[in-house]
Amino acid sequence: MSFISNMKKDRDIMLKKIGINSVEDLFKDVPADKRFPEVKMVPPLSEPEILLELSKLSAKNASAECYDWFLGGGIYNHFVPSVISAITSRGEFLTAYTPYQPEVSQGTLEAIFEYQTMISELTGMEVVNASHYDGATALAEAAIMSVRSTRKRNKVVIAPGLHPEYLEVIKTYFQGLDIELSTGDIDDKTAGYIVQNPTFTGEIIDVNAEAQKAHDQGALLIVHTDPMALGVLEAPGNCGADIVTAEGQCLGVGMNFGGPCLGIFATTAKHIRKMPGRIIGETIDECGSKGCVLTFAAREQHIRREKATSNICSNQGLAALSAAIYLAAVGKSGFRKVAELCWHKAHYAAEEIGKIDGYSVATKGNFFKEFLIKTPVPAEEIFAKLQDKYIMAGLPLSRFKDGKADEMLICVTEINSRKQIDHLVSALKEVAL
Amino acid sequence: MSNLWKISGEGRSAVYLPGLDVPETAIPEKIKRKEEPNLPEVAELDLVRHYTNLSRKNFSIDTHFYPLGSCTMKYNPKVNEVTASLPGFRNAHPYQSDKLSQGAIELLYNLQDQLTAISGFEATSLQPAAGAQGELTGILMIRAYHEEKGELETRRKILIPDSAHGTNPATAAMAGFKAVEIPSDSHGNIDLVALKSECDETLAGIMITNPNTLGLFEENILEVIGAVHDCGGLVYGDGANFNAIMGIVKPGELGFDVMHYNIHKTFTGPHGGGGPGAGPVSAGVKLKDYLPGPVAVKDNDGFHLRQPVKTIGRMKLFYGNFGILVRGYTYISMLGAEGLKDVTENAVLNANYMKALVADKYPAAYDRGCMHEFVCRGDIAEGIHTLDIAKRLIDYGFHPPTIYFPLIVPEAMMIEPTETESRETIEAFAAALNAIADEAVNAPELLHNAPKSTSLKRLDEAGAVKNPVLRY
Repeated sequence: MSFISNMKKDRDIMLKKIGINSVEDLFKDVPADKRFPEVKMVPPLSEPEILLELSKLSAKNASAECYDWFLGGGIYNHFVPSVISAITSRGEFLTAYTPYQPEVSQGTLEAIFEYQTMISELTGMEVVNASHYDGATALAEAAIMSVRSTRKRNKVVIAPGLHPEYLEVIKTYFQGLDIELSTGDIDDKTAGYIVQNPTFTGEIIDVNAEAQKAHDQGALLIVHTDPMALGVLEAPGNCGADIVTAEGQCLGVGMNFGGPCLGIFATTAKHIRKMPGRIIGETIDECGSKGCVLTFAAREQHIRREKATSNICSNQGLAALSAAIYLAAVGKSGFRKVAELCWHKAHYAAEEIGKIDGYSVATKGNFFKEFLIKTPVPAEEIFAKLQDKYIMAGLPLSRFKDGKADEMLICVTEINSRKQIDHLVSALKEVAL
Repeated sequence: MSNLWKISGEGRSAVYLPGLDVPETAIPEKIKRKEEPNLPEVAELDLVRHYTNLSRKNFSIDTHFYPLGSCTMKYNPKVNEVTASLPGFRNAHPYQSDKLSQGAIELLYNLQDQLTAISGFEATSLQPAAGAQGELTGILMIRAYHEEKGELETRRKILIPDSAHGTNPATAAMAGFKAVEIPSDSHGNIDLVALKSECDETLAGIMITNPNTLGLFEENILEVIGAVHDCGGLVYGDGANFNAIMGIVKPGELGFDVMHYNIHKTFTGPHGGGGPGAGPVSAGVKLKDYLPGPVAVKDNDGFHLRQPVKTIGRMKLFYGNFGILVRGYTYISMLGAEGLKDVTENAVLNANYMKALVADKYPAAYDRGCMHEFVCRGDIAEGIHTLDIAKRLIDYGFHPPTIYFPLIVPEAMMIEPTETESRETIEAFAAALNAIADEAVNAPELLHNAPKSTSLKRLDEAGAVKNPVLRY
């Protein structure tokens, strides 16, 4: 059926109007010897068949609701309220295009305008765009933007503590550009200085001090953060950040095997014309009524072509909508409460794990919901053994190039009950015996 | 505008959170947030009503015909939403180990195979998040190829036809190349003389959308690709218009070296008001080892995620926009090879039918049979512009086509009906366009003042830049 409504009778009427005899005649511009090739694929499946096949594939995966879940490392198992999918699955949001025609797109435009407002509140930044593919591509584009926003500087310095996959993405994005990537000191050639807060291994850093270091050399401070942490931590905009990026997956988007994510991007008003990505602004119509439009389009590829601030076109619109609904649903007091629950539960877990013989908490200073532990037996082994008990214990860092075999990152969110944490602690104890 | 803050009340919330069941740990004052973010505070009913009412201010595929050229606004089957929400997909984590992700990786492996089969390439990576990122992927692969051959320093330019999407030149620049524009000839094809004059040892490659944004199949495609290959350049295919050629021709067999797909166009991922999309990339023998990863591989032990040998690296986190890829896989599996060919045949038939129905009032910019879309002009009467026609179409209950693009056709209107629209819908839209052409002569104020049927009239876009208001 191919979801097509035209039948042979319709096609015959249409062919007659066009003035050709057969559908094949529509393709005469295609080189004859390459036309109508054989395509080898398995036979098509009916709806019940595809549902069966995919249900079986789905069942082969671990799924968070069946586990005591402490695995994070960039994708987090926060609670996704039911109201989000109820709204995002509405066809009017789900099947609308980019709001280029504002009179018939006010739903999307106003919703993303509210998203921009809420992210501005969270980050303490004046300008927020309508989102990037994920936190890492947002951060890579922030780094490129810092070079574009400063004069005669082409170096980007990365502080210790950045997620290793983020570093890989930045390296890919820099391949064709004349930008030096450094982990050394900030100097007068440095355009941007990137800090992740909390760091990959959970440590909360002094953003004010980092801002001072960057600004003393005339560089921009780029802060990559966990939006959930901003329920308890000071907004980066109040600590001197010039650009803030974040992975917004934790805000009601879900885990989805790592995608779609939500790349949050925010900056100060003075940098708006250097910013990549779509921006929505408020204006008035011919009768003076307020409404929203896509704005500052002169930065973008469809207008500026090779001189655009980025090649980015599509954003993560539906994920941004999910984040807006999430933030509105938990609300002001609920958002703080989620962050506080993460804080208290994570600290309880760290305290209890630290008491087990052979284990220690390795994250220095303060942490939010995630912390590093040293394990008495290889972390991979613990991970595998605890999976059999339906505990997803954490992230063994041996997965990454510089990670050590006895390091595991543990993440605790508002979803984890004390019972689950105690279950993890006793399982960790048992596996070390 | 409605406003969540205006309906807020202190302490309200729409989420029922678990209570605190562990001892409290004090948050040090030094790091603690001083002022709370001013988020809205609403109960669940008010929240649902707010967003439901907002949604009703949108046109969408589910509510209106949406003939945006090059956007392929086809119907998004509802089964996709069910499969993408299966718990083992929705609640799976990218680091839960290959062993506990066998179903997800198998799906990726199968989808890679399906795309490779349809397009006639050698291998596929599903990592890129969107079409524009797929483009950047392809050009970085071309860059890596020339670098390995030691020719990157001389091969500095990427050719781009003047009908191309803006993402093409923006991508070339982002990959560090010089974008060189190639004009179109009088048939809407790439101008061969202009092309050949740029084919030298400084050429890195060319980006070709085929059919192009005029909706025309490149008649000299083999000669174009041959000329670029002969001087050592590589050929990138922009798959934005892939809906026009499935089962009709394989880009890999035409000689393309690398190409991206838009799952959210051709393979029914929903557009979501701007995204997320997914932009997988397939490559031929010269470039397949440079694909970004991880990609799904299979051995005796099951399915695994691995980086290709000479990979350009990661384009984004993890393994692509998985949730969108599940939807694409669902669709392709339900259609099979014959179903996909049906899609293309009907998409091209619908476009040619639409073109014929409006030909008297809106002659196509190029007098040739079109593929899945065609381009005409909106300046059909004195003082009438394409924007007026677009806005008047809204009063007739239709979303406007893509307007003022491609740039090479003045006052362009680019119309793509897609295969999922019925003959009757196409006839109704054509009738509206033809009626508007009469109004343009007899009652032009109806066009100048359109839209009348929406709650907001034409918005002041210049004012939005002059006095930026970017949040409440």
